[in-house]
Amino acid sequence: MVKRLEKAYIYALLFFLYAPIGVLIVYSFNQNKTNRVWGGFSLRWYIALFNNRDIMSALYYTLLCAVLATIISTIIGTFTAIAVDSLDGLMRVVYVNLNYIPVINTDIVTGISMMLAFAFAKIKFGFATMLIAHISFCIPYVILSVLPKLKQMDPNMVEAALDLGATPWQAFYKIVLPDISVGITTGALLAFTLSIDDFVISFFNTGSGVTNLSIYVYSAAKKGISPEINALSTIMILVVTALLAIINKRALSNNSKRGEK
Amino acid sequence: MSKKVKALALPYGLWMIAFTLAPMALMAIYAMRSSQGQAWTFKNFANFFSPLYMKVLWESVYIAIITTAISLAIGYPAAYFISVLPRKQRDIFLVLSILPMWMNFLLRTYSWMNILGRNGLINKMLSAIGIGPVSILYTRGAVYLGMLYNFLPFMIYPIYAVLIKISPSYLEAAKDLGASSWSAFWKITMPLSMPGVITGISMVFMPAVSTFVIPELLEGGHTMYIGNLIQHQFLQKGDWNFGSAISMILMAFVLLSMMVLNKFDTSGSKEDALW
Repeated sequence: MVKRLEKAYIYALLFFLYAPIGVLIVYSFNQNKTNRVWGGFSLRWYIALFNNRDIMSALYYTLLCAVLATIISTIIGTFTAIAVDSLDGLMRVVYVNLNYIPVINTDIVTGISMMLAFAFAKIKFGFATMLIAHISFCIPYVILSVLPKLKQMDPNMVEAALDLGATPWQAFYKIVLPDISVGITTGALLAFTLSIDDFVISFFNTGSGVTNLSIYVYSAAKKGISPEINALSTIMILVVTALLAIINKRALSNNSKRGEK
Repeated sequence: MSKKVKALALPYGLWMIAFTLAPMALMAIYAMRSSQGQAWTFKNFANFFSPLYMKVLWESVYIAIITTAISLAIGYPAAYFISVLPRKQRDIFLVLSILPMWMNFLLRTYSWMNILGRNGLINKMLSAIGIGPVSILYTRGAVYLGMLYNFLPFMIYPIYAVLIKISPSYLEAAKDLGASSWSAFWKITMPLSMPGVITGISMVFMPAVSTFVIPELLEGGHTMYIGNLIQHQFLQKGDWNFGSAISMILMAFVLLSMMVLNKFDTSGSKEDALW
């Protein structure tokens, strides 16, 4: 009985979390232009979506920015984490605490302070400024994901490798990297999610016609969004679900393999 | 070798100076400059402490506290119920509860506009049974709903992460010693899950207190919150000095509340933590 109530609670919660997404998906197949009246099943918004220049350009900038920010912040973050792990004393405290600033600051303060800096340095607002802002708020999360994995590592392993004649690069590639790969993946995933979902920081740091999806939806929501956006949401949620299913399946099969050992 | 490794920290050090420290310093300078002329002044800060702006700050804190409280009240049982499920189901429910976060935050909020609106789904269902239309969109309630919807996973996940690490042997011991499952929960699970609760609270409170998008879309922007005020100063009024001062105050406020919150965190490991 109690178990049933618990399950019911979780299902109710999931209903709450998925209802808005379900609504977007249903309306994406609506023949009518307004989201108010159901006019029969149609794929017209999916066709319209690919002909909508504004949305396509917003999607392009969102993905480009997310991919670049993820790659760059993962590389910088991983190497910095390795370096910070070898630091001690004051320098370590300084790095770790400065790294927290973008994490504990609210988005709006981070976004506006960077906007001030770009304006002050007379840098033209556009894709580059948005990308720099994204990299800046992604790196701390990569470092925070990688650092604990480095701490768990046996420091003798690297020394042993070096004693046995491995070059530092080989030691890094063969010993350190496999050990911290889970942290790096977590960091990269976090970075990608944060970047693709960001509105506030992008909003203040973009310019000259560069719009990401969040900004597009923000400016369109007040006027009433064209139904193509429903179609886009549907595609996005399907892609994400598929990706997660693949990742989970891989994680599960890895787990069972480990279990067999 | 070791020196070379340490040198790897340098690029990010420079990056932080350029894109974290310098911007913050610049913001502080702007905040202390008069918008007319070039004099140093505390006027921008002083201006904020007027009844008008104090009300803005209070409204923001108020909606953030309510949102955090509702998130905790709904999120804690959810995290707990998921954590006690068998492992396989647990993983599935956890992924399912976080999956919506991967859809763009603006899109999710926009979807609520469709549901809550005058011609939205809820009003249609209500009119089918002869009630309504009721105004839900563009009310305070819609803001709470939107914030709860967007921030609830931030509450569930940290609590869940702590709950699954609590060793079941503690509970077994408590039961062996005669505790009911209810008192075992209150005396063991609850206190041990506090670090997760505190992380959850700060992860919900912070974005809630500074949000400007959710009220703008779901409340129609008719109440000014601190996030809206900052945005307004920068983008509409062009008063960067006052805007910077408000941002500094918001920052100080958030830091202060996190410091207070962390005082309640009784878990050990403070290494690499800020306070």
